[in-house]
Amino acid sequence: MSTSVLKPDIAEGGGAARNYEVLPKLSPTGEMQGDLLEVSMGPQHPSTHGVFRMDVVLDGETIVKLKPVFGYLHRNHEKIGENTTYLASMPYTDRLDYFCSLTNNWAYALSVEKLGGIQVPERAEYIRVITAELTRLVNHTCLAGFLLMDMGALGTPLMYAFREREKILDLFEALTGARMMCNYMRFGGCRVDLPKGWLDQARQVVDEYPAFLDEFENLLTTNEILLARTQGVGTLSKELAINASISGPMLRASGVNYDIRKVDKYGIYDRFDFRIPLGEHGDVYDRYMVRILEMRESLKILQKALKDIPEGPIIDPKTKLRNFRPKAGEAYGRIEAPKGELGFYVISDGSANPYRYRVRPPSLINLTILEDMCIGQTVADVVVILGSVDIVLGEVDR
Amino acid sequence: MIGKGIAKGFIETARNFVGSYTEESRLVTVEYPEERLPQKENARNFPFLVYDGEDAEKGLRCVACKICEKDCPPQCIYIVLERDEKGRPQKHPKVFDIDVSVCMSCQICVEVCPFEAIKMDTEFELSQTDRFDGLLLDKHQLAKSNEYYHKLHPTEAAAVDANLAAEKAKKAAPPAPSTAAPPQPAPAKT
Repeated sequence: MSTSVLKPDIAEGGGAARNYEVLPKLSPTGEMQGDLLEVSMGPQHPSTHGVFRMDVVLDGETIVKLKPVFGYLHRNHEKIGENTTYLASMPYTDRLDYFCSLTNNWAYALSVEKLGGIQVPERAEYIRVITAELTRLVNHTCLAGFLLMDMGALGTPLMYAFREREKILDLFEALTGARMMCNYMRFGGCRVDLPKGWLDQARQVVDEYPAFLDEFENLLTTNEILLARTQGVGTLSKELAINASISGPMLRASGVNYDIRKVDKYGIYDRFDFRIPLGEHGDVYDRYMVRILEMRESLKILQKALKDIPEGPIIDPKTKLRNFRPKAGEAYGRIEAPKGELGFYVISDGSANPYRYRVRPPSLINLTILEDMCIGQTVADVVVILGSVDIVLGEVDR
Repeated sequence: MIGKGIAKGFIETARNFVGSYTEESRLVTVEYPEERLPQKENARNFPFLVYDGEDAEKGLRCVACKICEKDCPPQCIYIVLERDEKGRPQKHPKVFDIDVSVCMSCQICVEVCPFEAIKMDTEFELSQTDRFDGLLLDKHQLAKSNEYYHKLHPTEAAAVDANLAAEKAKKAAPPAPSTAAPPQPAPAKT
């Protein structure tokens, strides 16, 4: 962490150009501000969840200004998407949000299916719902662990979370062959059928999960330290959240009832009965609670899907793997990824490569509001607020 | 009462601490180099080339059609077609290299291959002292027998064998109408 003392009067007298504005010694309310300190948090800072940097201007310990800086992990995802075939972009989508590769696959598959007018068989739809909800469990469980680690509970909650994540990753490995880079969905269905006994294993994991959630909540939810660190911290109002096009659990924690699973009813989500947990205050605690409750709703969906899954083909036999050329046109497919609205916008000009390939990443757009949540809070809170936004830098930078 | 939540958390931690020594299902440590967990049947790591019969060179199923080379997302496959003295293509790769340090184990090459020639290995202990040439595998290193493939992925391999046999039978049965060729694209003709 590099620091530089910012003396307003010296900086004002010319010298090297600075990329931040110099703040006056008096605050807008007429209070005296001390010497402001500019701190660069990241990109190697362990609490920034990856190579993410924040330029923070501090008055004592209070945040006066915060500028998020990203792009350290930029790897040209969208341009690569335009230069490879439709199918070859699929493994790259795994690497967007590397915790939830299966939901990324689904969003991309959905947009190309819209583009090509491809139907998905019933069994594949069920498999997609099952894997996506398992991914949501993985993501939210890990997030709760990471959030607690940001608050200083080094280890214990994270290790409990990882213990459970391991069981689901074993399921993913048995199904897709990889633990994290699953690359499982295809246009018109899924790549391989469920292996023998997979459904029983999945049922067992799902049946045991509520016990873990109870244990986790026992450990954390009423813990006084957690309450003190999260309640009233990083408040995000309903209006601001809507205006900044925040999506996912962040938006719902601010009390806006908006879930694409309900709004769009993509796939077969209209067949499942689940509720949308909403927060009231929009603070970090609400974001944590919304995610815990969402996991319980996911378990309901999973139980029903694992019971109802029919036999049948898993991929539309008419779709072509090689030389797939959809008709000219455009499509935007979006799903409720664990982190928010994940959309893929694809334009086809009739050739084997997309003419334009664009990702709408939830992490990046949820991050734009960071400064508004952090101003007036302390440095230690910034870490917690950033943790509650739930970013993965693979998706922010692409 | 203040401190109640923390006390509850400590009880939970203590329960887990005791459980991690006594519960059978929680004693999960595997002492890796000596003990190993069985591989999952669907597990995949890096590709290899399948050959039939005894001779690894002659039995290669690959016909150097370069479909996998073209579709490989990170472009880690390099193929040169074998030609005889007169320059006619031989349906056999002269060079087939895979740069394992670039490969991202996505299995696209396996899916697009019309000849079932390239499959996924599960070997993961590939550390080398030379990270450039050591990880660039040529066709002799890549060629593995069909029996080896059966050992790794029994279900998938059985399906593939059945498929190939059916295709062969279909080709052999109606000898006259050769226009009803299998849907696979032929290797590039010159």
